[in-house]
Amino acid sequence: MTDTSMQTTATPIRRRLDTTSPEAQAAVRRRYRAEARFKAYGLLAILTAAVFLVVLLVDIVSKAMPAFTTTALQLDVAVPGDLVPPDQKYNPAAIRSADYLPVMREALRTAIPGVQGRGPERTLLRLLSPGAPDILRERLAADPSLIGTTFKVPLLLSATADLYFKGAGTPIIARAGRGSATPSGTSGTITVTAPGNDFSENLVTLKLAVAERARTLAAEAERTARGNAPNAAERANELRAEAAALAARAKDPASAEALDSSLPTLLAEINGGLVKISQLAANRIEGDVLLRLATADEAKPGDWRIVTYATPESGRKITDLEVAFLERFKAKGHVESGINWRFFTSGDSREPELAGIRGAVVGTALTLFVTLILCVPIGVAAAIYLEEFAPKNRFTDIIEVNINNLAAVPSIVFGLLGLAMFLNFFGLPRSAPLVGGLVLALLVLPTIIIASRAALKAVPPSIKEAALGVGASHQQAIFHHVLPLAMPGIMTGTIIGMAHALGETAPLLMIGMVAFIVDVPTSITDAATVLPVQIFLWSDLPELAFKAKTAAAIVVLLVFLFIMNGMAIWLRKRFERRW
Amino acid sequence: MTTVYFITLACLVVAGYIIAARRARALRPSSGAAVHSLPTYHGLLAAASLIVPMILMFAIGSPIVKQLATSSVFSFFPPEIANDPLQRGVILRDVANLLEGRYQGEPSAALRDAAASYARFFWTGRLVVLGTGIAVGMAALLLVLSRISASFRARNHFERFVLAVLLLCALVAILTTIGIVFSVVWETYRFFFDPSLKGRPTITDFLFGTEWNPQAALRADQGEIKTAYGFIPLLTGTLLITFIAILVAGPLGLFSAIYLSEYATPRFRAWAKPILEILAGIPTVVLGFFAALTVAPLIRGWGESFGLDIASESALAAGLVMGMMIIPFISSLSDDVINAVPQSLRDGAYALGATKSETIKKVVLPAALPGIVSAFMLAISRAIGETMIVVMAAGLAANLTFNPLEAVTTITVQIKTILVGDQEFDSAKTLAAFALGFVLFFVTLMLNIIAQQIVRRYREQYD
Amino acid sequence: MDMTTQGIQIAQPFVPAKPNAAKVVARSVNVHYGEKHALKDVSVDVPDQAVMAFIGPSGCGKSTFLRCINRMNDTIPICRVTGKIEIDGKDIYDPALDVVQLRARVGMVFQKPNPFPKSIYENVAYGPRIHGLAKNKTDLDEIVTTSLEKAGLLKEVKDRLNDSGTSLSGGQQQRLCIARAIAVSPDIILMDEPCSALDPIATARIEELIDELRSNFCIIIVTHSMQQAARVSQRTAFFHLGILVEEGETEAIFTNPREERTRDYITGRFG
Repeated sequence: MTDTSMQTTATPIRRRLDTTSPEAQAAVRRRYRAEARFKAYGLLAILTAAVFLVVLLVDIVSKAMPAFTTTALQLDVAVPGDLVPPDQKYNPAAIRSADYLPVMREALRTAIPGVQGRGPERTLLRLLSPGAPDILRERLAADPSLIGTTFKVPLLLSATADLYFKGAGTPIIARAGRGSATPSGTSGTITVTAPGNDFSENLVTLKLAVAERARTLAAEAERTARGNAPNAAERANELRAEAAALAARAKDPASAEALDSSLPTLLAEINGGLVKISQLAANRIEGDVLLRLATADEAKPGDWRIVTYATPESGRKITDLEVAFLERFKAKGHVESGINWRFFTSGDSREPELAGIRGAVVGTALTLFVTLILCVPIGVAAAIYLEEFAPKNRFTDIIEVNINNLAAVPSIVFGLLGLAMFLNFFGLPRSAPLVGGLVLALLVLPTIIIASRAALKAVPPSIKEAALGVGASHQQAIFHHVLPLAMPGIMTGTIIGMAHALGETAPLLMIGMVAFIVDVPTSITDAATVLPVQIFLWSDLPELAFKAKTAAAIVVLLVFLFIMNGMAIWLRKRFERRW
Repeated sequence: MTTVYFITLACLVVAGYIIAARRARALRPSSGAAVHSLPTYHGLLAAASLIVPMILMFAIGSPIVKQLATSSVFSFFPPEIANDPLQRGVILRDVANLLEGRYQGEPSAALRDAAASYARFFWTGRLVVLGTGIAVGMAALLLVLSRISASFRARNHFERFVLAVLLLCALVAILTTIGIVFSVVWETYRFFFDPSLKGRPTITDFLFGTEWNPQAALRADQGEIKTAYGFIPLLTGTLLITFIAILVAGPLGLFSAIYLSEYATPRFRAWAKPILEILAGIPTVVLGFFAALTVAPLIRGWGESFGLDIASESALAAGLVMGMMIIPFISSLSDDVINAVPQSLRDGAYALGATKSETIKKVVLPAALPGIVSAFMLAISRAIGETMIVVMAAGLAANLTFNPLEAVTTITVQIKTILVGDQEFDSAKTLAAFALGFVLFFVTLMLNIIAQQIVRRYREQYD
Repeated sequence: MDMTTQGIQIAQPFVPAKPNAAKVVARSVNVHYGEKHALKDVSVDVPDQAVMAFIGPSGCGKSTFLRCINRMNDTIPICRVTGKIEIDGKDIYDPALDVVQLRARVGMVFQKPNPFPKSIYENVAYGPRIHGLAKNKTDLDEIVTTSLEKAGLLKEVKDRLNDSGTSLSGGQQQRLCIARAIAVSPDIILMDEPCSALDPIATARIEELIDELRSNFCIIIVTHSMQQAARVSQRTAFFHLGILVEEGETEAIFTNPREERTRDYITGRFG
């Protein structure tokens, strides 16, 4: 009573929360806006992670797509009767070791007649992969009666040619000639005259390009002049002069223009042949014949075409001659593309179109097999000991802390352990799945122990008590009742651990699983590589085609990982038991 | 021979099991009391008593035989050859090739004799091992068989054996740690103190040197470039990339965790959690490929459009992708600690009229702070030890810089670079990698121990 | 009544109920859980072929004492048992004794029915199998059938012996656990509040079963329910705060307790 009277007499200290005034309402609104903002940050964070994941997967899958198909030339191959000595005709080994180069050269000559000179011929032959005769060879070995006959066989294209058909080439624009055109010959360097000024449009485009280049040069000259290189002024003057000359050329509509590899390639397709234009005037061109002309007759309007390879030759990996050959094959319907089975069935190779992941996949399987048979029994046994039999003392504590710490040791340190202990001290073979498996087993052991302990702990003690109650020994209770019930959990943990091991790369680099190995390994002591290491190796190679291979190998790796994780989730759902 | 040994072992084990079990089955209890152990346990005990001595015999005998056979080889060569370690290696390889029929050319008389001697020692030795192994195994088996009786506690004996096996398995974890410590510490010690090692640095040079150049001066005519083992540029490079990674993953991971544990509906969680788990499960070699081939060119192109000159192996690209890798890690650890904050604390704040975000900011996060700090420490340790992303996306040159647009190198990149390919264990360069490994192991171990300590204290607070 | 004079005495002077008929003889049993002194100086004789009930409020030590009799307390690392417990005159804490064989002779039924998540058949067959009691499959089948029969479960499950034990109702599960216990033909069956998780009808069936089993076994039952103790047991022991307060013929305990605390407990004044 006295308290209340004292409060009422003093200055009022009881305040009421003001909820009606505009300021108060504004404050509340502000607080709710802050709330919404905070929530949005959280959502944004998760979305960022999700977007990153999607971008990553889409990027890799799109990069990988070209590697899953392959391109071959379906050609009529005439196998000479003397491919192998007559007495060796039914000896597959002799057939396999025969020289197929002349056979292929002949097949290509038949497909594109009139290719002359060592240079173009070699270019033509180089369009084929070194592995091109493989199918032919196997077919002959299987059926020697084909020797001496002519039949259709797919010849694998080289990676460059393969990529050309997958879009790494150039856009091609063709325009029919409006007037007539007359070539001066059928091969070598010839001129083509077109009285109808058919080339004037190309000349204008070309002049524009020249003008553009003049501007670029002028700009570069100014930049050089401003720079502080020792001979800047001198160099700038040279550039200026060059730019001026180009500008003058661009202004003169009558002068002929020379084409070079930094400009789009212009070609004239006439009388069944192809001429690469080197000098261009409005009514006349001069150029080298890439594909021989059938005749030197006049071509009627509409019967000949002006072809543009829009990407300049210097801006692509494939020469004009190669493009011309490939386009000719395509026009004749020889080019065929299909699923790249070789990618899954062959080992590594220096040639991108021949390289496959079989060696790496088998190496991975062998390595993971070693890991599995080592770390599951040891991990489960250790978990049983720690969870059920270990006395509660300092020593057990040390083991426990140790396992937790081991789970966080960087994987590369396990590689150092493998290198110093297994290779150097015990003298085990380098690059072998045996050592890789050992290292990975030690690496995933903590994961499996921790997961197995959790699974054992989840089995209610009443089961163990029931077994003890009928006179089972402690071990019988564990091995007959608790362990079988914990098995799904242990298996889930094991699969997750193995998925971890499957993606691990760094420790395997340390123990030499980075060697270039063509052969598919057959035992755990053979030199081998694994899928992630194969990815690492390929990603380092400069050839463009290997980028797609790398991405494709990643897709395969991810598919394996998703399958394993899917299995773990399925197991968890299927055997989840609520006690 | 190994195969023969283990096939014999397997046969003996099966036979021992069957004999012991049959004997036990034939037992008749003497005075009303039941037979103590099931026949199975008598059999298992017999099998175990065979396996242990026979495997021990093999494990001890094989290396001795190999050693004897090897040393017998050198007596056929003049001492100046036999005492040269390089020549010894050559001889051993030749002997092995000769015995396997892969020797190229005509072997010398000494080599042929040496090979014959090796083979003789090897085979007789192996036979002796096999013989003693069988003898010891049989002796153990007979001992067990002689003790089989109604009152013999075969089960208890066998269970003691099983317990020993279980304990041994638990010790593998300890052995692994000892193995790691032994290998890195020993090689590191040699790196600093082995007097026969040319070009080894002092500890001060290593810890405070600002130049890292282990590759140089292998030949006399390359003597111009100075070999240097200064650790500082690697440290700054590692820390720079780690810092960028944490800068990315810290806020994103923490906010993800807050949203998932405080705001998300169960349906949203069911979608978001697997996404984070998939992200966590992407192998780092894949992330490295993505960093090197997609992110780095992207950043470079983006920089060019602003007139910035960005290195194609910039720390930024590696750090960003590494940050993405760590998001799920921070998120799941933080999720756990936020969920561990008692509901009563939140209820207290709500009851005072706090909004949800105010409750999280003022009550939940401060309460969960120790756990979050430890999550960040574990994430840092993860980032420091990460190898593949930096190997593929970061540079090799040891630049001492804090500019994220330049190329830097890291501890793990250098370990990988030095140790991949051929290496001799006697060069300072190889041992330098182990010294780096030692630093890496030590730093991450410390971070983990401290983080675990923090978590333990934090748990005690709320349990 | 004269027990008021002895009201503050800590332990009863031991008066053997029926000399020579005692199956279990406990003398000065003390149990410590770490620092906690859970059972203080308990001495009691348990008669054969009868049901003895242990009653008392929660945490009084009755379950602890029960678990001493088949040494289930061994599984708790911090638990320490001193004193002497004899079954048929043999010390069960003798280091030379195999605890597994002891537990085969002393069956146990737990508070919550805990059948193995295996078939009904396997549940019952497990004990005989690990102790090698059956010579062959027919023998084992017979043991399973008789055990189920004795547990009064055979009629209900004989067509579905391969169904999971966990698919049975709570009462059936508990009877399955009893069948599992008697399958190894123990001398003694310990029951730790066997009906606390069951409904009244199932409880009644278990109680009937206990009464039937009495002629072949020595049964010790721990129960919270005094009615149950009165219904099924011949002798009753009352525990309070780790002390055996009073022990005697059930009828005597319930109608004419010597101790104030016993009277307070059975009349519902505490507990």
